[in-house]
Amino acid sequence: MSKKKLVVIGNGMVGHKFMQAIVKDQARDEFEIIIFCEESRLAYDRVQLSAFFSGKTADDLSMVSAGFYEDNNITVHMADRASLIDREKQLVTSEKGVEIQYDKLVLATGSFPFVPPIPGHERDNCFVYRTIDDLNAIAEAGAKSKVGVVIGGGLLGLEAAKALKDMGLKTHVVEFAPRLMAVQIDDGAGAVLRKKIEQLGVSVHTQKNTQNILPGEQCVHRMNFADGTHIETDLILFSAGIRPRDDIARESGLEVGERGGIIINNHCQTSDDNIYAIGECALWEGKIYGLVAPGYQMAQVAADQLAGKQNSFTGADMSTKLKLMGVDVASIGDAHATTENAKVYSYVNGADEVYKKIVVSEDNKRLLGAVLIGDTADYGNLLQLKLNDMALPEYPDTLILPQRDGSGVTGLGVEALPDNAQICSCFDVSKGAICQAVSDGHTTMGAIKECTSATTGCGGCTALVGQVLNKELEKMGMEVNTDLCEHFAYTRQEMYHLVRVGNIKTFDALIEQHGKGYGCDICKPTAASIFASCWNDYILEKPLAGLQDTNDRFLANIQKNGTYSIVPRIAGGEITPDKLIALGEVGKKYNLYTKITGGQRVDLFGARQEQLPLIWKELIDAGFETGHAYGKSLRTVKSCVGSTWCRYGVADSVTTAINLENRYKGLRSPHKLKFAVSGCTRECAEAQSKDVGVIATENGWNLYLCGNGGMKPRHADLFATGLDDETLIKYIDRFLMFYVKTADRLQRTSTWMMNLDGGIDYLREVVIEDSLGLAETFEQEMLTVIDSYQCEWKTTVNDPAKAQTFNAFVNSDKGDSQIVFVPERDQVRPANKNELKATLGA
Amino acid sequence: MQTAVIDKEIDICALTDLIEDAGTTALINDTQIALFYVKKTGQVFALENYDPFSEANVLSRGIIGSIGADLVVASPIYKQHFKLQTGECVEDTSIAVKAYPVNIQDGRIRLTFLGKGS
Ligand code: SRM
Ligand SMILES: Cc1cc2nc3c(=O)[nH]c(=O)nc-3n(C[C@H](O)[C@H](O)[C@H](O)COP(=O)(O)OP(=O)(O)OC[C@H]3O[C@@H](n4cnc5c(N)ncnc54)[C@H](O)[C@@H]3O)c2cc1C
Ligand code: SF4
Ligand code: FES
Repeated sequence: MSKKKLVVIGNGMVGHKFMQAIVKDQARDEFEIIIFCEESRLAYDRVQLSAFFSGKTADDLSMVSAGFYEDNNITVHMADRASLIDREKQLVTSEKGVEIQYDKLVLATGSFPFVPPIPGHERDNCFVYRTIDDLNAIAEAGAKSKVGVVIGGGLLGLEAAKALKDMGLKTHVVEFAPRLMAVQIDDGAGAVLRKKIEQLGVSVHTQKNTQNILPGEQCVHRMNFADGTHIETDLILFSAGIRPRDDIARESGLEVGERGGIIINNHCQTSDDNIYAIGECALWEGKIYGLVAPGYQMAQVAADQLAGKQNSFTGADMSTKLKLMGVDVASIGDAHATTENAKVYSYVNGADEVYKKIVVSEDNKRLLGAVLIGDTADYGNLLQLKLNDMALPEYPDTLILPQRDGSGVTGLGVEALPDNAQICSCFDVSKGAICQAVSDGHTTMGAIKECTSATTGCGGCTALVGQVLNKELEKMGMEVNTDLCEHFAYTRQEMYHLVRVGNIKTFDALIEQHGKGYGCDICKPTAASIFASCWNDYILEKPLAGLQDTNDRFLANIQKNGTYSIVPRIAGGEITPDKLIALGEVGKKYNLYTKITGGQRVDLFGARQEQLPLIWKELIDAGFETGHAYGKSLRTVKSCVGSTWCRYGVADSVTTAINLENRYKGLRSPHKLKFAVSGCTRECAEAQSKDVGVIATENGWNLYLCGNGGMKPRHADLFATGLDDETLIKYIDRFLMFYVKTADRLQRTSTWMMNLDGGIDYLREVVIEDSLGLAETFEQEMLTVIDSYQCEWKTTVNDPAKAQTFNAFVNSDKGDSQIVFVPERDQVRPANKNELKATLGA
Repeated sequence: MQTAVIDKEIDICALTDLIEDAGTTALINDTQIALFYVKKTGQVFALENYDPFSEANVLSRGIIGSIGADLVVASPIYKQHFKLQTGECVEDTSIAVKAYPVNIQDGRIRLTFLGKGS
């Protein structure tokens, strides 16, 4: 039997998805498949297009695995546009003159960016943002430009503006409507978003109607607006919406929508039964979907239909959550409250620039829509409530109000979700499918990823998938395993006891007595940290060296290109001019990128491994010591200037900060430790965000514990008040030793304390009232650590054999020739991928 | 540039130059090789030093250990694991770094290096 001919026009994201779907099907063998691909490359990830500017190559973005079309015997006509469909003869003709007879035809032609017919729009340096070729052209022009304008303040416009900004251009966004993202969000949200974006240095101009584009005086172009104002710019990007590419469909007489789009039914069939349309070119029930997920659904439907299976497209959810220029933005369902009698609740926090709004049904029972700006943590919950039409709590506004009393979140547990709840919208994976995967034995995130594809698209569903997994494991009675790793069936705390009680000093002894196998990158650094907390031996001693994370092993922080950064200790942030000069001189001599850190000290980046001992030799000679920026240990004790200078200070915060930093420097702990000391309650040192915070009052020091900045900020708790110097130190000694002994690996003091039964009150009992009777032991052990302190870098540079282990190669004096720097703002930075290629050759 | 295929054993360094249960880097022509010395078994393994995930020459600086029966090294940058025997990546089996046969003779490390030299 001769095969039927299946012709597919367009190899974009959806066209390729369709090919993947059909190839998987048995029915594939019934077809001979031919593709027309207009672009000069096969399908690539348009959603990630902007990543092209941060160094991703066309290859990285490609969605087609090598040999996919060859291996599946699919003919691809590259860089050839299908230009004519003769429906009577069932014949497709291409621009290059190829003629193919078809039995079935699939149109996946996508859309094109709409360029408003403003006089001057065709001038040089005017671009759209759709293809890799567009981006190549923009990058080239951007390099020669100073100012850039994006016309259109929608989703894509803002994404394009970010790209221009990142290229270093002074960037403007010009929008016709009175607010940004007019389609997805309302006025209130638009105002918050605008403020945030302006803070990033992008100028926003709303209600601007561009009349013409003429040659400029300072720049390439001058854009004149209807209100008499103008902007000069070197580069213009049009992002004023998309239009479906329905031209060939239209010319062949297929039915198209009034405002464009190839009309399809639930089977993705056009008005001609033999012709299907999928993706952004298709118009379903009057709607064009400008997102990839609905296109993927259509691709599956069309493939199933061709294979003679039941499947239909019944619409898709257009809710979105994304980070635009670093600002979290989300919109769900009826964001504009257009439903009759809908009720609206909103929450605006001017200080944190957070805007949240929910739209609920008249009876207060169902969620219709939502808008979130600045904080989208509620998105997952709200989306599930909407998609599954679930009943709302009695007071729906609790869904968006912040939980200040720590009484826990109102977030609905994953338990409450029905089985058909869609968890991953990119790959249409339901809760049921994930539960099924778990019960089939896929009991890790990795396994679930592989078998369902969930989380491998935008990644937005990762947290939710994790929750479903854990709940299922719990239900199956699987113990949530607290073993450190496969080599040790102990927690970190248990391992600490084993080491201390058994007086164990090497990993070999530890694993022989208590573990199995060879260890790994989890238990080895944990053991190294415990050895250091207990015995405080030099960490590059032979048996210890191999246990250390690269940062500890090289006593420096590794950077993305394999070089290291150097952070000398600058206790309390106090530094003499001479020492500053010394740092400057070393930085200059070794051509290091120099930056002030968030911890009141100086970071020197870009040192090659073999340079580290040389650089440190000079720093040590200038009076510096290691800053332990690489270790899970005390980082910095931040200080404010305090009573010595400040007119409000009530105590000498700098001296106390320096004393504390010198006391605890070098203490290895489960995670890093940060302190701060402020000279009065104005709190310029931000002590309440630290593991240990000290604030001066007229009555003595107030001690705050267990604060955290970083990923999950937490304000420290006021632990004790009116302390003198001695008591302050006593309490901190006890607190730290208790933490070091009992915390889990990589657990900051904040999470450790919150997991302690009894929390901060219990901690007070242990530290202040000595309820465990261990206070003295804690203090003694701390003294041992303090007395055995050594500057690891001093030890290293003073031992030529040690210093030699920093050489790049064991058999050569050369260095890594693939480390390349390029200049930026009068310093160096690592070359990106393209720059590397240019320097090193392919 | 003339390219020749080298398939003979090359002498690299003494076993005592390596760090126990850790990695060391060697340079052969322009290729960087990570050498790992597993003390317990007395074995030395050689992998390409280039980490395909971070695209930097760093594998010798990772921590070595075992996953099940396989000896592995964890990339120090993004922590993917590579099998010392084969160079195969544990997290993504479609990716592998080159592995080279190692011969220890009279306390010297010798490598069979098949590849381009100049
Ligand atoms: C250099 C610095 C940024 C800067 O340019 O200012 C920095 C840089 C890094 N930070 Fe940080 N952090 C720096 C201040 C901070 C601060 C601000 C502060 O200390 O006042 C915070 C928030 C406060 C806090 O920790 O509670 C901070 C929260 C983090 C976190 C999140 C910790 C958390 O508990 O959520 C990480 C990730 C981690 O440790 O797991 C991190 C991790 C890192 C690492 C080590 C990431 C890495 O593994 O490569 C960065 C490498 C440093 C390097 O190469 O030298 N950094 N980092 C700052 C160094 C301060 C110093 O002098 O030592
Ligand atoms: C910068 C950017 C960011 C985006 N971000 C997101 C996002 O975060 N989330 C999201 O869901 N969506 C996003 N999108 C939208 C998403 O990329 C599209 O929804 C998706 O690409 C649509 O797929 P498609 O196959 O229908 O169209 P396309 O990917 O455009 O593919 C159509 C292909 O057909 C070719 N073609 C057209 N006519 C012919 C012809 N006659 N002959 C041969 N070939 C032809 C075109 O050249 C093109 O290669 C983004 C788009 C852009 C540009
Ligand atoms: S915290 Fe107090 S003492 Fe310190 S600088 Fe601020 S106002 Fe001055
Ligand atoms: S929702 Fe995007 S990956 Fe799951």
